[in-house]
Amino acid sequence: MKEIVIISGKGGTGKTSVAAALASVAQNTVIADCDVDAADMHLILKPKIKHSDNFYSGVKAKIETRLCVSCGECERICRFNAIIHTSGTYTVNLLDCEGCGYCYNICPAGAINLVEQLVGQYFLSDTKLGSKLAHAQLGIGADNSGKLVATVKKEAKIAAFRNQIDYILVDGSPGIGCPVISSLSGADFVLLVTEPTRSGLCDLQRVWELTTKFKIPAGCIINKKDINLPISEEITQYLQKNGIYLVCSLPYDNDFSQAITTGQSLVEYNPSKWKKLFVNIWKTITKELI
Amino acid sequence: MEKTFCQHLENYYKGAYMKIAFTSTGPGWDAKIDPRFGRTEFILIYDEEKDELTSIDNRNIVNIAHGAGPKTAQIIFDQAPQVLITGNGPGGNAAGILARMNLKIFIGAAGMPINEAYEDFKNNKLQQGGKDA
Amino acid sequence: MKVAIASGKGGTGKTTLAVNLALRTAETMDVSLLDLDVEEPNSGIFIQGEQIECQNIYRKVPIWKQESCTLCGKCVNLCQFNAILKLGDTILVLPELCHSCYACSELCPSSALPMQNMVLGQLKHYRYGKLSFIESKLEIGVEMASPLIRQTLDFAKIINSKVKYQFQDCSPGASCAVITATKDADFILLVTEPTPFGLYDLNLAVETMRHLGKPMAVVVNRVGIGNDEVFSYCEAQGLPVWARFPNQREIAELYSRGELVYSVVEAFCQGIDQIISELENIRNKL
Repeated sequence: MKEIVIISGKGGTGKTSVAAALASVAQNTVIADCDVDAADMHLILKPKIKHSDNFYSGVKAKIETRLCVSCGECERICRFNAIIHTSGTYTVNLLDCEGCGYCYNICPAGAINLVEQLVGQYFLSDTKLGSKLAHAQLGIGADNSGKLVATVKKEAKIAAFRNQIDYILVDGSPGIGCPVISSLSGADFVLLVTEPTRSGLCDLQRVWELTTKFKIPAGCIINKKDINLPISEEITQYLQKNGIYLVCSLPYDNDFSQAITTGQSLVEYNPSKWKKLFVNIWKTITKELI
Repeated sequence: MEKTFCQHLENYYKGAYMKIAFTSTGPGWDAKIDPRFGRTEFILIYDEEKDELTSIDNRNIVNIAHGAGPKTAQIIFDQAPQVLITGNGPGGNAAGILARMNLKIFIGAAGMPINEAYEDFKNNKLQQGGKDA
Repeated sequence: MKVAIASGKGGTGKTTLAVNLALRTAETMDVSLLDLDVEEPNSGIFIQGEQIECQNIYRKVPIWKQESCTLCGKCVNLCQFNAILKLGDTILVLPELCHSCYACSELCPSSALPMQNMVLGQLKHYRYGKLSFIESKLEIGVEMASPLIRQTLDFAKIINSKVKYQFQDCSPGASCAVITATKDADFILLVTEPTPFGLYDLNLAVETMRHLGKPMAVVVNRVGIGNDEVFSYCEAQGLPVWARFPNQREIAELYSRGELVYSVVEAFCQGIDQIISELENIRNKL
């Protein structure tokens, strides 16, 4: 079973559109949407949830009022100003509490507990393409994490294993933090999607610094290449210098947004223009580059 | 892993016996190499001298939100193997910790059965990695 | 008046809006722009100001004082973030995972973990005419944005006491960094695009801002692609739409070169002025 992970560093480069287009042509694949903060794959794939589970992550403090002796120690030591004190009653402001446990450790009355937080849900669904999709939804103020990405990938792997499916296509997390590390961990191939803007190039370089620590073969798609040809060229040279295979360059195309509007992938929306291209990309990745 | 008593003595005096760690999907020789480091489900330690395979269940670390890599590195540290065989190699945080040990990391074994990965290692077929790129 | 510019989705044109708004208003009044997208601050590309100040921003993390340590391991057990490890006879602190809660430091029985400064990132302050521009960037390897955002806002509070507007360019999404960046804002401008992606992510952002109890208005970018669902949504939610920017390739090109849009594209300038006029109404009532 092989894992192909798509990342971009920056939002808005067309990563999800590329991921969905590949999902449309990919044979024998389970899809994992690990871009949980902006879980958009489902808008194109129209999943029917088959299985869902609660996702718990991190802890926050809770004060048991009937045990509290109102000594105020918790308020004194809290570095996040998360203890609220109104007329003798102490409570924890969940939005500010970081779950460090300091108050829990020093409360003389043992009135504080650390409670595991339900921060979202994860799902395994069937998509209209016939393939399975593992995805998740976070609650307000909850952050994506390495753990959640790993959980979604695991759901995808179990589904792949059970159904004897050979590939997992991962729509990875943006940025350069723990969720990206977790997205890349275990990958057999990384596909970077970038755009020729100053910020696009800058973010490509930052995410490559991270990716290069894992010795995974990598390829890149330059999207909207004609909005700035000089920077496109700069990116091409950067790719060459770093041993990243230039999979293809795509022109700026309204189809990207039009397709999403109609809830379709590029390939479904305009097959005569996009199908052959993405079939070739998929073949190149799975037969040659992995 | 069978050897004669003479071979055993020879190896022992040469100091050639090693402890080898594997990131694994299960607790036995028939499990596969887990490609991940931090959130690997099991850590297997093979003691060549005693010909013993120990299994450490790492699944509670899989459960932590951030910092799985370093915690797993801690376990490796406490076991003190000379070799680690894994898939992609540890990510940034964990790699820094493992670099403090006298540890050789071999990568590219993802998905292989543990015993095959071990054979490939002994036959110098695995790629060495881990020292920062 | 503190105006935070946020969006549910990356790439919708938040920075384009923030920069153009700031520079347009700076033509006639003292304003400030804060780039709080500290992982990847981009608005500086558009502003050629004079650097007045550059400082390191720190937060406190524990440092291991070997000579006092008894290796009891209490710190390892205390830390909820797995930021402290015991490797044989060494205690290792992992600053990237530390939340600076001080628990290990203050509860260590032998005071072997004093708190010390660690560089979080850099804050740069520029002046460009009437615009005071503050950009903060996380040091490579540091993941936590909130502490840097908080300190940048504290710095701005002192510097910007006389400005009419403080525009805050936030990172996209509804994460904890976004909440930190918008918590104390007076008004939120949400940027979106008229596609199902844009709408879905806008809805998440709206729910988050409602949770914080913030007044908000919506700006729709790249009108022409997609459909009208986002407008129906705003109407149903009672959210005013203050500007609709057309989908023009020229705008993307100007952005890619780090150039201002309002001075070149007339329709864009009109939208900017419309937003400013609405903001002025609110500010004068405050």
